[in-house]
This record gives sequence, structure tokens and C-alpha cells, in this order.
Amino acid sequence: MAKLPISEDKIFEQFGPHLKYEPPGGWEKSVEEPDSKVKTHCCFCGQQCGIILKVKDNQVIGFDPWEAFPFNKGKLCPKGVKRYLQGSHPDRLLYPLENRSGVGYERISWDAAYSRVVAEIQRIQNKYGKDHFAMLSGVSLSNEKSYLVGKFARVALQTANLDYNGRLCMVSAGAGNKKAFGIDRAANSWADLLETDLILCAGTNVSECAPITTDYIWKARDTRGAKLIVVDPRITPIARTADLILPVRPGTDSHLFNTILNLMIQAGDVDQQFINEHTVGFEDVKNAVAKYTLDECERITGVPVKSIKTAAEWWGKAKRSFLLHARGIEHHTKGVDNVLSCINLVLATGRIGKVGCGYATITGQGNGQGGREHGHKCDQLPGNRDITNPEHRKYISQVWGIDEKDLPGKGLSAQEIMNEIHDGKIKGLISICFNPLVSLPDSNFTREALEKLEFYAIIDFFMSETACHADIILPGSLHEEDEGTSTSAEGRVIRIQKAVNPPGEAKADGEILLEIARRLGKGKYFDHFKKAEDIFNELRVASKGGTADYFGITYEKIDKNMGVFWPCPDLDHPGTPRLFEGGKFYHSDRKAHFNVVEFKPSADEINSDYPIYLTTGRVIYHYLSGTQTRRIGFLSDQCPDPYMEIHPRLAEKYAIQEGDGVKIISRRGSIELKAKIVKTIRPDTIFVPYHWAGKQSINRVTQRALDPISKIPEFKMSAVRIEKV
Amino acid sequence: MTPVDQEENDLFVDPQRCIGCRACEAACSECSTHRGVPMIHLEPLDPFESVKTGPTLCMHCDDPACAAVCPADAIKRTEDGIVQSSQKSRCIGCSNCQIACPFGVPKIYKARAQMNKCDMCYDRTSTGLKPMCATVCPSEAIFFGPKSQIESMRKNKANNQFQFGGQKITTKVYVMMDTSEETIDMDVMDFMSSSGLEEKEPWA
Ligand code: SF4
Repeated sequence: MAKLPISEDKIFEQFGPHLKYEPPGGWEKSVEEPDSKVKTHCCFCGQQCGIILKVKDNQVIGFDPWEAFPFNKGKLCPKGVKRYLQGSHPDRLLYPLENRSGVGYERISWDAAYSRVVAEIQRIQNKYGKDHFAMLSGVSLSNEKSYLVGKFARVALQTANLDYNGRLCMVSAGAGNKKAFGIDRAANSWADLLETDLILCAGTNVSECAPITTDYIWKARDTRGAKLIVVDPRITPIARTADLILPVRPGTDSHLFNTILNLMIQAGDVDQQFINEHTVGFEDVKNAVAKYTLDECERITGVPVKSIKTAAEWWGKAKRSFLLHARGIEHHTKGVDNVLSCINLVLATGRIGKVGCGYATITGQGNGQGGREHGHKCDQLPGNRDITNPEHRKYISQVWGIDEKDLPGKGLSAQEIMNEIHDGKIKGLISICFNPLVSLPDSNFTREALEKLEFYAIIDFFMSETACHADIILPGSLHEEDEGTSTSAEGRVIRIQKAVNPPGEAKADGEILLEIARRLGKGKYFDHFKKAEDIFNELRVASKGGTADYFGITYEKIDKNMGVFWPCPDLDHPGTPRLFEGGKFYHSDRKAHFNVVEFKPSADEINSDYPIYLTTGRVIYHYLSGTQTRRIGFLSDQCPDPYMEIHPRLAEKYAIQEGDGVKIISRRGSIELKAKIVKTIRPDTIFVPYHWAGKQSINRVTQRALDPISKIPEFKMSAVRIEKV
Repeated sequence: MTPVDQEENDLFVDPQRCIGCRACEAACSECSTHRGVPMIHLEPLDPFESVKTGPTLCMHCDDPACAAVCPADAIKRTEDGIVQSSQKSRCIGCSNCQIACPFGVPKIYKARAQMNKCDMCYDRTSTGLKPMCATVCPSEAIFFGPKSQIESMRKNKANNQFQFGGQKITTKVYVMMDTSEETIDMDVMDFMSSSGLEEKEPWA
């Protein structure tokens, strides 16, 4: 069914988002001595800041900075400070609900909920086949839950069609990293940022999306005089003080990087010895970039020749350098290419695997790094193994105690799953930690798709906009309500400590999955998981020998060392903060691979009907689809609604003034919101943050075009026109 | 937690590093004495020209105008130079302090009919901790530590003397002054190509 049982307004009245400002029991209670102080981590971005949660009467009543944790040393952004308010929130889902048409969501028992879910899974799979029931997951989940979801979908549901919301986040970087380095992880811990001389930030709004990284960049500038280059269509807060700003036209990044490489080669600013000894494929890249000229680059990217030259000179001549990129270059139909064109710049200089020489993509989601390594990606098995590789399949089948032929093959990616639901091919869905109605592009299409499902079950802690469509809603747990580990953007495996039990009848996510597995008759593959650490111990074995090798990491070791960097292949191994030391890479030839990248236009065509570039992104006050942060008073008050950033030059042309209503129209749909006039965005480009739902969702306007390799949607470039309303 | 030696440490505000995130406001508002209300405020530096921001907090003047004009003698300066919030028993909510302060810091909170302002987390600093805003600030735009340390780390200079008309004010809190020519008004077009493209562009 998967339709809304009652009107949206009625649903929101009952389930929110409502705003919570005060700690449970009010400010009076927050001053009482807490029962315990739990050292754990923030859940709201890939940096995973250390934080102390104050607990009283099984509720989190406040926070304290955790100054001893080495990554953030007590620093927090406002999301971290206020995240404690979500646990005791009045919108929390406290018992299982069933969608009854015309009536609403009715409370049912766990037994009834499980029975219905299992009956529907069996009915759909018997009628249509196993793969016609899909699962969607997310990487705000711990490593243990991510691993469990991967095993649950393959062993209990026996479907190939499992994918995750990292498909909207890390996959272009992951695919690029694997192609170039044979491994998918930041090449360095952030400690190397402090030791560098030149930092290049490409498509990464560091201050808003990775706020603590700002301090690392500043410290390198303060103490070593490091220079900062920022490549972005907007002057983001980190760019305001940059030494060189390259405001590229959206979608033209690889042209810029190819041209810079060409200039460096011409100037002799490459490390030929490193290239000869530690890489393959340079000659092809050299030949390919030879045609990328300065004038052409200026015409395509809109960046002046002088700035391109300066960038090439600085990058070419630096002694130490660190390249950071994020979704700005990755959310494209050529996201993998953009990543590879950046990596070519790093490899050509040989400045990697050494003190102060580094490269990293900045993971966006809480556990975007660890989550993607251990099994809820449609093409991957734990340890970053390949689901199509016979050796890898054999090993994991052994660990799981199943016959290799019962292990499903490669499934569809997240957007492709939604496409097949829309086509009527996939009939049933279970999801956890994913709000596709807000986060997938072309949300009108997503809504139509959800309504076609014969059955949809969701595990969630709030009534997300997608959850409203579910037939059965199973109340799950928050980050602070379960034990586990997570892996930060640096590749540091850290401990998530349980602070409180889930409220009401809500259950830990893992417990819910285990019970469904049992009722599907697959209990014997899961019954040994009595606690999160048991899952982690199986994950260690499953990852052993894979590139993301966690075998040498234990809970005890993490606690003792405040995190351990993978790969960590055995118990005596100290972990690996810096990869590629001595020029050793993870391909079978131990070399890094250059990859030829040819610049291609974006999928959505700019023409006189749709003359403006739209790009989307985050603001510091919200996390992803906003399910959590739109419920926290302080955060929502700072940024209650989406808006359109527009340059005064473009605004003037449409007679738009600050705060005016505007309509943004694309080939898919339209949205109305208010204009915010800023001089910091290119005048051919508008920007809208994406954290809202329904009429406020910019994803009504974005497109479903995917990168052919990573299958990431092209969120960062849509052709639009605007009208004043 | 790292205890810091109170004697040697001062508070420094470096607007150049402010990323406008309001972590300082969020964390300050959690304090058990002013529950939900921040005593630090983030202000746009020039709302019409720039998106730059900077935190405003009590500067803790050596000779505080707020205390001087208080008819009820409700505002006290401690021996170590902290100008405290008004004393509840004395404050009459007259707003004199609000008008007199050259930095626009004190605010009268109607709900409690009292002036409240930043007291540099007396509860924390007196136990060897940093003030909350300086602890959480992601970019160290608010810094608490020895002056020699920040001056050795940063290119800009710490200043605690401000001229208001003919009057010079010395404060306990320092502001890191920019040494560069940088203006706060930035236009992306200054960094873009201008070579004969205009007629094709949507803004032309
Ligand atoms: S959202 Fe990120 S930067 Fe902010 S407190 Fe959480 S982990 Fe730290």
C-alpha cells in the first residue's frame, strides 16, 4: 500500500517535527548531579567529535566537552552541543505502529508487527522472487549495525537488492580511491594537515560540514605559514580568508584540474622519480591533459587565467601539500572522474604517504567511512570486499556459515532500487536510517514510487517523511541508545558508548533485525549475537585479509588508545594513521594508478529556457534530511526554512530583493522559497540547502542522472530558471 | 579535562576566524545559571555588505561603564577583573547599563526583570576550566590561554584598548586585530574571469 493513511498535516500535528528547547525535566533538573557521564561521540558528521553525555534517570540531560579526546579536544559545533535533546524528544516513536487507511497510525504489539512484516516478506518473495523485496540502509548506523544489515539482507532476506544512503554521499570518492590507490580511505590522519605547507580544498564547505577541520587548516597556516586554495562556486566561510579563491562554474572541476596538471608538467613541476617507481599510467594522463589549455580553461570554468596559473605554480612547487575534497566535486555524473583528476594532481607530485603530505575526501555522514566498508553497499562484502569476486564470496560465505551459492550477487544501487519500485518490479521494501523522500533527487518521482509498493516496513526513531508512507513502523534506537563502534573521516575506529535505553517500547535496531531474521527461520546464523561486541568480533574476522582490515582492533584497544586507525591486521599492530608510506599502494602491483579523465558536460543542459546553475548542499545547523535537527529548537531557529542564495547581479536582473519570494523551476519540478542576496556566490549560480521535506524540498527540482560508475546522483548541478513570485 | 592556570590565561576574540556557526551561543545557553539563554551573541559584521560574523561577549572593562551608571550598585567587578552579571537582589531592570555599555553587551531579560551578561564562566574558570565558548569554538575564534601563546601562534596582534570618541577603554578581553589590508566586503566577481563572457551569462 505504502500510501499516507491521513493527510500530511494531521500526521505532522501528531508526530512533528515539533521543536524541543529544554532538557528533559526542564532546566531545573539539568543542574542536578547526573547519574553518569558517558564518553562517546557526536552523531552528526563524519568527524565524530568526542563528547560527554550527562545521564540522569535513563535520559540524557546535557553535555560536557570531552577535552581529552585527541581529534576535537572539546570543540563542538552547535549540532554537537544540542544533539542530546533528541533522546527525550516528544516526537520519539515509542511503540510499533500500523498504517490504517483513513484512520492513521495505530499502536500494535511487537508480536503483531513482526508477524505482519515477516508474512509480507514471505508473501512477496514467494510470489515474485527473492530480489523483489529490497532493503535500504544508512551510514549513520554503527559498524556493528552496518555489518548486521549486510548479513541480514543477504542471509535472512536473501535479496541482492540492498543499498544505502552513502550512495548519495561517499561513493564517487570511494570508487575513485579504489581505482587510484586500491583502497578506500583518507590517506592520512588529520595530524598531517598540521604539518603541511599548502592546502587545496575542492568542493568542500569545510566550516559548515566539517567544522573542526577549520581549526586544523588554520593551525597549519598560523604555525607553518601554509597557504590555502579553495575551489568552489561559493565563497564559503573557509574561503573568505583563503590565499587563492577559484570560483569554478558548477560541473567544470575536472577541466580545471587537468589544466593545472598540464601546466605543472610543462613547468617540470612533477616528481618523475616517484612517478617511475611508484605509479603506472602517467604517460597516458600526460598525453591526455596536453590539450587542456589556459584560455579554454578560463572559458569553461570561469576562473581567470592568472588564478589558474598561480594555483599550478603553488601546487607544482610546494614542498608539502594536502588535498581535501568533498561532495562539491563528487555529486556529479562525472563524480568519479573529478575525484581522479584531483588524485592525478597528488600523484604527479609524489606528495603522499609522508609527513605533511596527504589526501582525503571528507566523509559527510556520521559513520560514512566505516558504514561503507562492512556490507550494506550493493556491490560489497565486509572488509571492503567485492561481492562479484569468487574468492571474496567464498571467504564471507564461510564466515557466515552459508553455502556460497546462497549468497546473492551484486544488487541495484539506491536510486536504481527506487527506479525499479517505480517500474513496479520491486514490490516490497524494508528500510532503516534512510529518508529517501527527502534525500533522493526528483522527490515527486520518489513519492510516486513509494505509493506503488505492496508492502513497506521501516525502522526509525522519528516519523520521518518517508516513514509516513510505511505500512509498519518499528520504533528503533538512537546513536546513544546502543553500543558499537564507528569510523571517523580520518579512518579512526572509535567507540560509541550506550548512554541510555531506548524509550517506551522502542528497541535497539539490532534486536529488531535479529528477531525478524529468527522469524524468517534464519536464527541459527544470528543467534550467537548476544551483544554488539559479538557482532564486532565477527566483523573483525569477516574483514580479516580484506583492505579494510579490522582484525587487530578490539573494544579494549580502542578505549585504551582513543581510537585505532585501520588497516590493523593483527592484535599487536598499532593501526595505520598514514597510508602509502614508502610509496606502497594497495593494488596487486603495489603501485598507484593514474587515470585518464576527459572533461564532459553535466547531464542537465543549460540553455535559454533553463539558464541558471543550481547547486545544493548543507548548512551547519542541520544534518542530512533534517529528521533529527529539524526537531531541535536551537538548531531549527537558526535556519528554519530553506532559502535561495543569489548574487546581487543576478537578483537585479529579475528585480529580486532580499526576502522576496522566488520560484525555481527545472525540467522535473519547482519550488518556492525566499531569496537571500549574497555577493559570495557566482552570479550564474544559485544555491539552496537540502534539509527539508515536501514543498520545501529542493530535491523536487534536482535530477536522477547518475555517475555511471559510482551511481551517485548529480545534486551539484541542475539547470533551472527562476521567477519572482 | 585539561585544567588551565587561571592567572596566566586571558580570553581572545579573533573575528577573522569566526565561521558563524553559533556553537558559542549554543553552548553558552546550556549554562545552569542562565538556562537556555546565551550571554554571547553572534553579530553580522556588516549585514549589508558581507556574510562575515563575529562573536560579541562582555569585554570586562577595567573601568566598566555599566557598573558606573548602575543606580542600584548591582554590578560588581571582581578582583581578578571579571565584571559580573547584576545581582538579582539589587537589579531594578532600569536599562542604564544597556545604554551605557560601548560594546552593546548587557541585556535586560524581561522574564526575570534582571540584567544578565557574560561573567566569563566564573563557575568553570574558578575550577581551572576554560570558559564554555572558548572550549567548544570549532575554529578557535574564541581562545582562552596565555597571551604569549596566541601571539606566537597567530599573525595578528592582540589588542585590549579601544577608542570611543575621546575616551580610551581598556578591557580584560582581547580582540585579535587584523594586520592585513583585507576588507570584510568580498564579491565573488572579483575572483572570476571577466574576459568578454558577459553577454552570454544569465546575469548580463
Ligand atoms: S556535527 Fe561534526 S563538527 Fe559538529 S559536533 Fe558533531 S561531529 Fe563535531
